[in-house]
Amino acid sequence: MKKPNTPQLSLRVPEPSGRPGDAPDFSHLRFDAAGAVDRPDVASTPYEMRDHAFQLVRVLDDDGKAVGPWNPNLDPETLRQGLKAMILTRAFDDRMHRAHRQGKTSFYMKCTGEEAIAVAQGMILRREDMGFPTYRQQGLLISRGYPLVEMMNQIYSNASDPIKGRQLPIMYSSKEYGFFTISGNLGTQVPQAVGWAMASAYKGDDKIAISWIGDGATAEGDFHNALTFAAVYRAPVILNVVNNQWAISSFMGIAGGLETTFASKAIGYGLPALRVDGNDFLAVWAATKWAEERARTNQGATVIELFTYRGAPHSTSDDPSRYRPGDEHEKWPLGDPVDRLKQHLIALGEWSEAQQEEAEKDAVEQVRAAGKESEAIGTLGQSRPSVKTMFEEVFATEDWRLVEQRREVGV
Amino acid sequence: MVTASNAPASTPASGDVVPMNMIQALNSALDVKMAEDGNVLSFGEDAGYFGGVFRVTDQLQQKHGLTRSFDAPISECGIVAAAIGMGAYGLRPVVEIQFADYIYPAYDQIVSEAAKLRYRSGGQFTSPITVRSPYGGGIFGGQTHSQSPESLFTHIAGLKVVVPSNPYDAKGLLTACIEDDDPTIFFEPKRLYNGPFDGWHEKPVSPWKTQEFAQVPTGKYVEPIGKARVMREGNDVTILAWGTMVWVSLAGAEHAGVDAEVIDLRTLVPLDIETIEASVKKTGRCVIVHEAPKTSGYGAELSALVQERCFYHLEAPIARVCGWDTPYPHAFEWEYFPGPQRVADALKATMSGGR
Ligand SMILES: Cc1ncc(C[n+]2csc(CCOP(=O)(O)OP(=O)(O)O)c2C)c(N)n1
Repeated sequence: MKKPNTPQLSLRVPEPSGRPGDAPDFSHLRFDAAGAVDRPDVASTPYEMRDHAFQLVRVLDDDGKAVGPWNPNLDPETLRQGLKAMILTRAFDDRMHRAHRQGKTSFYMKCTGEEAIAVAQGMILRREDMGFPTYRQQGLLISRGYPLVEMMNQIYSNASDPIKGRQLPIMYSSKEYGFFTISGNLGTQVPQAVGWAMASAYKGDDKIAISWIGDGATAEGDFHNALTFAAVYRAPVILNVVNNQWAISSFMGIAGGLETTFASKAIGYGLPALRVDGNDFLAVWAATKWAEERARTNQGATVIELFTYRGAPHSTSDDPSRYRPGDEHEKWPLGDPVDRLKQHLIALGEWSEAQQEEAEKDAVEQVRAAGKESEAIGTLGQSRPSVKTMFEEVFATEDWRLVEQRREVGV
Repeated sequence: MVTASNAPASTPASGDVVPMNMIQALNSALDVKMAEDGNVLSFGEDAGYFGGVFRVTDQLQQKHGLTRSFDAPISECGIVAAAIGMGAYGLRPVVEIQFADYIYPAYDQIVSEAAKLRYRSGGQFTSPITVRSPYGGGIFGGQTHSQSPESLFTHIAGLKVVVPSNPYDAKGLLTACIEDDDPTIFFEPKRLYNGPFDGWHEKPVSPWKTQEFAQVPTGKYVEPIGKARVMREGNDVTILAWGTMVWVSLAGAEHAGVDAEVIDLRTLVPLDIETIEASVKKTGRCVIVHEAPKTSGYGAELSALVQERCFYHLEAPIARVCGWDTPYPHAFEWEYFPGPQRVADALKATMSGGR
């Protein structure tokens, strides 16, 4: 009970700037102009580049021109390759989302609006490096040319599912493509990425690790443990925070995103941080290259906050119109990553609307062909790996309990 | 004691045989493996320079270098997670959780991650890590330095759970864990670090050096995971125990004057069901002894297994002697801790057909 003459305390619960029915309002967010943020030397101390944790690295301006010190000056072929991978990722998402609606799978998650992130980073890192992704980095596999059919087989848990019907759709796993097995438990992969990077450093190799976590999941202890370990042991790792502003229905303020930026969380750990326009392929590329150079030259980890917006529902089980303004995505001030890269290539004279249309058609065709092939093997429930495999790979060698239990099932 | 006929097959040891306590034997296991395999490294809170609060990793940093044996932040979750990443890379990290009571912050990484990597990646990624942790009571550690959480791990698909009861097994089994391609949880009974405590707390603890199980080869040898050891042959009742309770059970059998067969399980997962089954079918009775609370302890699982497999051979109900279902107390340690008297009482009751 309150004593007389003392102020009454009140509990604050952060709320987003708009709810359904409201007009989208991004006026509380700060966006530096393209080209405005300086590019520190990779040998800078975290202290010297403190401001970078609060500013926003952008390269593409509103006219699709690449400007400023972060311009990576990529050759047109690389840009086209990136654009095509983004287009393909989007086409893949659309088809699989529809496949869910058609009852062909139990679940799907799109990365609409976030394609630039995994695609650019997937193109930069080497195959021998290891990515520790979340469920929104399908672009990593796609940009590296992982067979779409295999992804679909996983989503359908069909007889050719490379991970034998054991995981939720979209929880891919490919050592060969530098894609660590996805966990359903948020955040657990980040300290593992640090451990993997520590191992490479311990062995005196030249491989680095890269991990992703959502803005919401940065509140997990795993994220903070990872920052401690990365800083203490100077691990060669890139630690991305994909701030897409929504963690299912909770806006980023619930994870602490109003008090400070997610990039700035690195400061307390003595790690350098960059805050980057996640819808700007070139800015993502440049920042990742910067962090890559740091890691590869034994200068340790970098935290990168990729500022973006989750355009699609959280998953096929989610209806965002229940908790945010309906047209918030269209009003997102940083635009759409595919459109922006397309505009840039067109401005360079290296692309045209006709080529774009062609690329989109081609992507749909690729996905359609892969879909036919995968669906011929079977969608969820139509075909599946042998039930025998359910009892396999629990241990390196089976123990008697599993042998007995398998017999009980009769396989 | 162990005879040639019931000793489990282990690989031949090299080097001199010298008396060691359990701490020295564990240290020797790490030392020998680290010398043999550059992929083996060891870290944990205070585990580097100082060599661990129980000194199990003593001198490893001095001998093998700073990057082979080092201190870790006080972050059990981070320690295990980093080990998982290292294991996925191809290393064989051995991490120390300073007390088993502090393994809970790492539980998610152990259960959801280490245990499941092989399965969920279709065999592409594995987690050949060893998590070592001193556990158990009898040292006046109070609630947060005395727990026996082994059953929590036996319930988890994909984990191996190993608990040695003597220096010889400690070294051979830890070596096996390090070489194992699956994640292993290795619980070290801290009451036995210095000697084979027999449960009579008013008696002084005898040092290991007079014990045959303290004769430990200095070179490498491996004790197989998944093989129990018959510590005492007997015809009337089978006692199943592990860790400190092996010695308590031996003392209890002596005290009761019952011809009990005492089996040290050594590995809880995978379990040596054959040795258990053969023994209970021979004796017709079974008493299970563990330190952890009774409810949902591993004794419950063992009891169900024995019942499933030996029902028609049983001449008395299966009995359990366990810790109580209370938090681990400080002042009432000897009322809580299952001692030889309780084991003897259970043996006598079992011999007379149950309670
Ligand atoms: C440890 C854990 N807690 C809760 C969940 C349920 N969950 C799945 S996704 C999600 C939101 C994650 O949001 P964010 O980290 O921002 O990533 P995003 O989905 O926006 O990419 C939640 C709460 C989970 N998978 N794991």
